[in-house]
Amino acid sequence: MVNNSGSNSSSDSSSSRMAEKIFGSLPESILAILEEVADPEIPVLNVVDLGVIREVIVEGKEITIKLTPTYSGCPAMDVIGDDLERAFAAHGYTTNVQLIMSPPWTTDWITERGRKALEEYGIAAPLEETADKDVLLNDKKLVKCTNCGSQNTKLVSQFGSTACKAMFQCEDCLEPFDYFKCLK
Amino acid sequence: METNSNLSAKAISNSAVPIKELNPQFLESTENKKHLIDYLLGVADNYLILGQRLGELCGHGPNLEPDIALTNISLDMFGQVRSFYQYIAQLKGDKTTEDDIAFLRKEREYKNVLLVEQPNTDFGYVIVRQFFFDVYNRMFLGALQQSADQTLRALAFKGIKEASYHERFSGDWLKRLGDGTEESKTRVQQAVNDLWIYTDELFHTTEADDAMIAAGVAPDMLQLKEYYYDKVGELFSTAALEIPEVEYFQKGGKEGMHSEHMGYILADMQYMQRTYPDSKW
Repeated sequence: MVNNSGSNSSSDSSSSRMAEKIFGSLPESILAILEEVADPEIPVLNVVDLGVIREVIVEGKEITIKLTPTYSGCPAMDVIGDDLERAFAAHGYTTNVQLIMSPPWTTDWITERGRKALEEYGIAAPLEETADKDVLLNDKKLVKCTNCGSQNTKLVSQFGSTACKAMFQCEDCLEPFDYFKCLK
Repeated sequence: METNSNLSAKAISNSAVPIKELNPQFLESTENKKHLIDYLLGVADNYLILGQRLGELCGHGPNLEPDIALTNISLDMFGQVRSFYQYIAQLKGDKTTEDDIAFLRKEREYKNVLLVEQPNTDFGYVIVRQFFFDVYNRMFLGALQQSADQTLRALAFKGIKEASYHERFSGDWLKRLGDGTEESKTRVQQAVNDLWIYTDELFHTTEADDAMIAAGVAPDMLQLKEYYYDKVGELFSTAALEIPEVEYFQKGGKEGMHSEHMGYILADMQYMQRTYPDSKW
């Protein structure tokens, strides 16, 4: 996997190591079905890139998927579970989706491909933890505008349209945009 | 995390003491299981009732951002409570579901503290109630990470990330209102004066709580009480707010003795399940 943004090398290597461990031994056809299922609230991000799939066990036509919630109240989780069942049923599989709580999900598990998809969609990808705190707590200007790339951006609200996002505005091009909060 | 005393720092740090695992036979005792369930209700019902209170504000926030924030927090509360109720349902091992626990109990069977059922009188009350709860909740989840119960440890690690965002939100608003205009200061101080009497109950323990503390399942929150009031006091001084002098604190919710507001909350929350039993989305 190519690392396109130097500042996020740590999260990239940890997410790709994790992806290898979880998906490395899976048949490609199964991985392809998993990648068909997107986060209903961020349709450009599939569940593999979101990093919520923790384990997949294939036994013939029966598949067990262990899923970790992003935020505990995220309503997308139930929908993702249903969507997974539907996607696999269309290929003749029965699925058993289990929610697991430990270890808790972190934004480090979003893959590099996922981060790029977010940015292209207009959602700034999460910064690493210290930078994230500086932005959300100390009004530092580190989040890049998804429209013009300027770092002259300000926090409008710590909470956004979904639990995982904060609202920002670019002070150069004035574009309002979402920032995917670091959760670690 | 900044701390005011060494004792508190130790009590809430993650690595101070090695975790003692719960003896697998522990839950074979009916009494232990009952105490654990009662203890869990005391924790979880706070999330349910506060989540419901915040949900009432959907579309009624003072402006768009706090409206979205409060409903986001409400959603986190419901997420938390679901995990706890699912665990209770699993412990009961009968046909009970998380929905039964949320919607089909009577008022006396809810074990939430009185603080969380207090009404949304105005935005100041909402923020003060939230702040009093958030400071407690983050400390509590930090300490729960040491629980001898594996499920509770997982829930604590999950929940604390959200809880720190909540505390940041309510703390920031408290500063803004307390140190804001004369009007905002007067109103938020009024909310503090009215809600202060409910803070002590957060540290009240029931028989079930004591049993779980002894078993290492529950953290002993009484040890963190001083730290709690230090944290609150610290923010009050930046917010130019005063701690009211009160002669006695209200309690009772944890024993099922609720304020007059509780019945209305439950009526609103339960009428659908009671009118159309077992209805589903």
